[in-house]
Amino acid sequence: MSPKDAERYQQHFRANLGLTVKLLAVWALVSVGAAAAIEWLDQFRILTGFPLGYYMGAQGAQITFVIIIFIYAFRMRAIDQKYGVDE
Amino acid sequence: MFSQIDRLGRIWGMYTLAFAVFVVFLWLAEAAGWIGQRGIAWTFMVLTVGIYATIGIMSRTGNLDEYYVAGRTVPGIFNGMATASDWMSAASYISLAGTLYVLGQEGLSYTVGWTGGYVLLAMFMAPYIRKLGAYTIPDFVGVRYPGGLPRIIAVIAAIIVSGTYLVAQVSGVGIIMSRFLGLDFRIACFVGLLGILVCSMLGGMKAVTWTQVAQYIILIVAFILPTIFVSKMITGVPFPQLMYGRALTDVAATETALGITKGYLTPFNDWTQAQFLALIVCLMCGTAGLPHVIVRFYTTPSVRETRFSVGWALFFIGLMYITIPAYAAFARWEVLHNVVGQAIDSLPGWVAAWTKTGLLTINDANLNGLVEYAELGLDADLVVLAMPEMAGLPYVVAGLVAAGGLAAALSTADGLLMVVATAISHDIYFKLINKNASDRTRLNISRVMLVTVAAIAAWIASLRLSIIADIVAWAFSLAAASFFPILVLGIFWKRINTAGAITGMTVGLLTTLGYIIWSSVTGGNIGGILPNAAGIFGMPINFLLTIVISLLTAPPTQEIQNMVDRLRFPKHAYDAAAPATGD
Repeated sequence: MSPKDAERYQQHFRANLGLTVKLLAVWALVSVGAAAAIEWLDQFRILTGFPLGYYMGAQGAQITFVIIIFIYAFRMRAIDQKYGVDE
Repeated sequence: MFSQIDRLGRIWGMYTLAFAVFVVFLWLAEAAGWIGQRGIAWTFMVLTVGIYATIGIMSRTGNLDEYYVAGRTVPGIFNGMATASDWMSAASYISLAGTLYVLGQEGLSYTVGWTGGYVLLAMFMAPYIRKLGAYTIPDFVGVRYPGGLPRIIAVIAAIIVSGTYLVAQVSGVGIIMSRFLGLDFRIACFVGLLGILVCSMLGGMKAVTWTQVAQYIILIVAFILPTIFVSKMITGVPFPQLMYGRALTDVAATETALGITKGYLTPFNDWTQAQFLALIVCLMCGTAGLPHVIVRFYTTPSVRETRFSVGWALFFIGLMYITIPAYAAFARWEVLHNVVGQAIDSLPGWVAAWTKTGLLTINDANLNGLVEYAELGLDADLVVLAMPEMAGLPYVVAGLVAAGGLAAALSTADGLLMVVATAISHDIYFKLINKNASDRTRLNISRVMLVTVAAIAAWIASLRLSIIADIVAWAFSLAAASFFPILVLGIFWKRINTAGAITGMTVGLLTTLGYIIWSSVTGGNIGGILPNAAGIFGMPINFLLTIVISLLTAPPTQEIQNMVDRLRFPKHAYDAAAPATGD
């Protein structure tokens, strides 16, 4: 493996980790974060009358999770191509 | 590739449409009085299991790659669908809405935990595991942590976790078949076993994949359709996921009017907040460490496809999981409005039918002849299956819900059965006993193991041991405290070695088991943490010990470090030197 290749791999992995950490922060915020603040969130009512804390646990978190995973899949596809490691 | 998805999409679209037409037809037949309740139940069971059996037989194969990982040709969206039904078990389908009904807001730890785990799976696990391209999870552990012992610990953990889970699915099949078909429970367990075997024995993972797709479609239709009807009845709008906010508001107001103090929307009247958070964390990490879920991501054609596949899996799971709390809220509404306050003598027929099963008790403590909230004992397992009758929907809906429950139990059972049988035939027999076995011998051993494991599972299920439900509740904590840390560290940190992994896995598992046993026997707890969230103690210890012991001992060989490098990139310079499959 040439040093140039090694650097390319290193940059790809760093981009991967950067993206992972960012998305993981959002993940933690809407799941554990919302669960920790559930009583405070419940004072707000949204849509057809959901307490906000309840809504996050029943729908908001799940919808965010799906979006996070698809963002990861699309961004990683671009990162793979950028550093020439796509299949 | 795209034309293949188009073709598959057309086939499965037709299938969904045919199933919907069939349900409408049965409905009309019931309204016209052509068919009774037993007839409806039998028609549903025979038809759906017949579909699964047909797919299972059509997918027979003699090729090892097809048998163990469906030839690695499953398009991401269909693998997502298969993963969704592989993952959603009898517990998700039959018990989760009931658990929410009973616990109220605390029950949301399940909906958050069981879906949040997929984010971890997507970013920490699935793409890397797919890149290795092996057959099983012990394969991954064995390659990353050489020396034999880690593979053996992984095999034992996989058999214990997946085996007990399998028994729970078989008893789920037994419960549904005995209630709706009137079979004896023990006979129903063995009938269920046949239903599981026809899906997997001839075609292995290839057959399991396509039956799971068929089962997903049935279970999602069967769950969402009744919820739409009830939403229309209660709120006037057939969009349950959006409209049940109104039911929640009404439930809260009705509870206040009736003087019920343990309110549905008041958090932490059943559990402490520490237990709530700990369970979310354990369910998330446990989900990302469950062997039967991870192996599904070996079956896609590429790393890129795997990443999308996890997204599709959570999309299909999410359709169910955002509907479950709606179902629970409407059930709560039905009970508060149509059961509580009624004269006991004039209760509808379904009450008597479910009282007989012991899941429903009405105890008129103050002898006023009226049902009061405090006098009503409703088991969590009853809510989903009884709600269509509670809401006064035609019996065809109850039959549909039962068919959906059966699909959920069978699909998960198939995935689990593959894991346990493969752990024995591939990880023990082929890897440790006979490295020179021919493909033919390996396939035959696999099939014999499938039948043996399924028979043992059915036998244990027929004993109706109460401990099984407990062990399933612990499975996520056990997986979180054993597999999850060493899999993640193994991918993201090259310095982690065999000695660290063995210590971390063993001590993490023992700590969790120790807390579970101590808490179950003495009833004691720390901070209100229940046995099902015991992984919150074992998992950090596993992480810590794996890291500390690895740093104190020699780093892994260059060969292993190169292998880890290879996992991290969809295409890598070292790929050419590596074997194509898990062999």
